[in-house]
Amino acid sequence: MNVLWALHDGLVVARRNLIKVKRVPDLLVFTTLQPVMFVVLFAYVFGGAIAVKGSNYREFLIAGIFAQTVLFGTTITGAGLADDIQKGIIDRFRSLPMARSAVLIGRTLSDVANNLIVIVVMSLTGLAVGWRIRTGVLDGLAGFALLLVFAYAFSWVMAYVGLLAPSPEVVNNAAFVVLFPLTFVANTFVPLEALPGPLQAVARWNPVSAVTEAARQLFGNLAPGAPAPRGWALQHPVVYTLLWALGLLVLFVPLATRQYGRAVSR
Amino acid sequence: MTDAVIAQGLVKRYGDVVALAGLDLRVPQGTVLGVLGPNGAGKTTAVRILTTLLRPDSGSAQVAGVDVLADPAKVRARIGLSGQYAAVDEHLTGFENLDMVGRLYHLGAKRSRTRARDLLGRFDLDGAANRPVKTYSGGMRRRLDLAGALVADPAVLFLDEPTTGLDPRSRSDMWQIITDLVAGGTSVLLTTQYMEEADRLADSIVVIDHGRVIAQGSADQLKELIGGERIEVVVKNAAHLQQARHLLVGLAGAEPTVDEHTRRLSLPVRDGSASLVEALRRLDAVPIAVSDISLRRPTLDDVFLALTGHNTDPAGEPGLAPAVR
Ligand SMILES: Nc1ncnc2c1ncn2[C@@H]1O[C@H](COP(=O)(O)OP(=O)(O)OP(=O)(O)O)[C@@H](O)[C@H]1O
Ligand SMILES: [Mg+2]
Repeated sequence: MNVLWALHDGLVVARRNLIKVKRVPDLLVFTTLQPVMFVVLFAYVFGGAIAVKGSNYREFLIAGIFAQTVLFGTTITGAGLADDIQKGIIDRFRSLPMARSAVLIGRTLSDVANNLIVIVVMSLTGLAVGWRIRTGVLDGLAGFALLLVFAYAFSWVMAYVGLLAPSPEVVNNAAFVVLFPLTFVANTFVPLEALPGPLQAVARWNPVSAVTEAARQLFGNLAPGAPAPRGWALQHPVVYTLLWALGLLVLFVPLATRQYGRAVSR
Repeated sequence: MTDAVIAQGLVKRYGDVVALAGLDLRVPQGTVLGVLGPNGAGKTTAVRILTTLLRPDSGSAQVAGVDVLADPAKVRARIGLSGQYAAVDEHLTGFENLDMVGRLYHLGAKRSRTRARDLLGRFDLDGAANRPVKTYSGGMRRRLDLAGALVADPAVLFLDEPTTGLDPRSRSDMWQIITDLVAGGTSVLLTTQYMEEADRLADSIVVIDHGRVIAQGSADQLKELIGGERIEVVVKNAAHLQQARHLLVGLAGAEPTVDEHTRRLSLPVRDGSASLVEALRRLDAVPIAVSDISLRRPTLDDVFLALTGHNTDPAGEPGLAPAVR
């Protein structure tokens, strides 16, 4: 009952966020253009210098960029919340008999919608440079779903950050500092073997590597006959990714909800 | 029925700043309480506590029969709030704002839409219903915000400076809206810095300063605190001042005051207009030339000034405040 109302209220808030995206599309346009630029840069500028055994680099690259992109997409969650709590509308929300968590649920849900749009644009870009889903429809959808689930869980981390931060700009900068290493010290842009030893160990357990590896598997972008990756995480990338998603949600849903209460009652 | 709002001993500190220092309030069912106070008196803090946006450090409050601290969610279902700064979403249209609020009150999609349209009509916003709020003027935002507070027909309404920044026409429109609501049975707690507003709308008034009540009563009772009507005469020639005093002292109910510097004679009177006519007759008979004569009723501004020692006008010069404390 209460959970259903919270979801209802969350959807009402999500709808409001999406209307906002429609009226002020700048942020979405930027978060969509950035990965398109990355595809082009990596595919045509660095691509020649990076060798992927038994596969073509562009085929290898796209899943990595997908992972990076949906993760960067969660910045909108943090920045959006930081923006909201500075605005008058939050007092209206708080004086209404709506679920306390609805603003957070609404925010994280509308960002799934944002990420969907980004994924569509990315897929088209990928297709244009020669990437294909070589498995079936179901596997392909599973790959996209896994990316979205992981990003959804991560958006609760960003929600927490957004509520701690004093302004949307701080969220953007903080996210940059965390997300760049997280998405680069991984198998996203180069094969793991190309990384120096210590970084390789980190990258092997980096959940971003796992979600990327899982997407490559599900899209059929791994080189045929490629050796199995080392380490449990990359040998079971789907399970490992889902475990991370679950862990993040268990930790950050309550943290963010508590922080929301604090941030708005100043 | 119990009172619509009861607050007892509310205390709120921000570090060293004491925003509320033990505030007591009551709003009887179906009446308007005007909370008057200068900048920083604690009006907004009190409203935020009573509307569950803020928890007091100590004290207790009941709104619409529900304990604010024990059951804030239930309070929220019964109140409407229009805060000092309009709580509307800039990027949504007026309609979308109200529709969203209706859905969040769980009115359902259909009723939310109907209610949004009704309220937009009632607040003269139908023409702007489908424009983003960021294109609205200050007065339009204010009206939309009040409409947001009324979506669920609340029993108790909190209005924090509802007319600050409105032009005279919008202000009197807002007054009419509030008067109509009260006629319909709504209880209202309203804060303001405008005495005229409290005079016009409030059944009872509390004056607060430094987080506590310094005076309360009806507008008339408060005015009586600093005395009734007075005749003020400014003579043309300072030499005539004592003569005028002598002529008029019989009309005064108390000792007149004389200000040589401004050539002003001020006499408290009982029967204002009759005394004024008589005073003019006596002065004219001599004749003593008068550059100004008037009958003055104390305004709530005088009361306010006398009680708080602050100017009520937010932009007022503190230097003008009398030393009355
Ligand atoms: N979040 C806060 N942090 C620190 N001090 C605060 C905070 N909110 C209010 N105060 C202080 O508490 C006191 C009361 O503030 P409040 O906003 O209630 O006054 P007010 O009567 O509404 O004034 P105004 O007429 O200017 O709106 C002021 O001294 C103010 O500086
Ligand atoms: Mg205020």
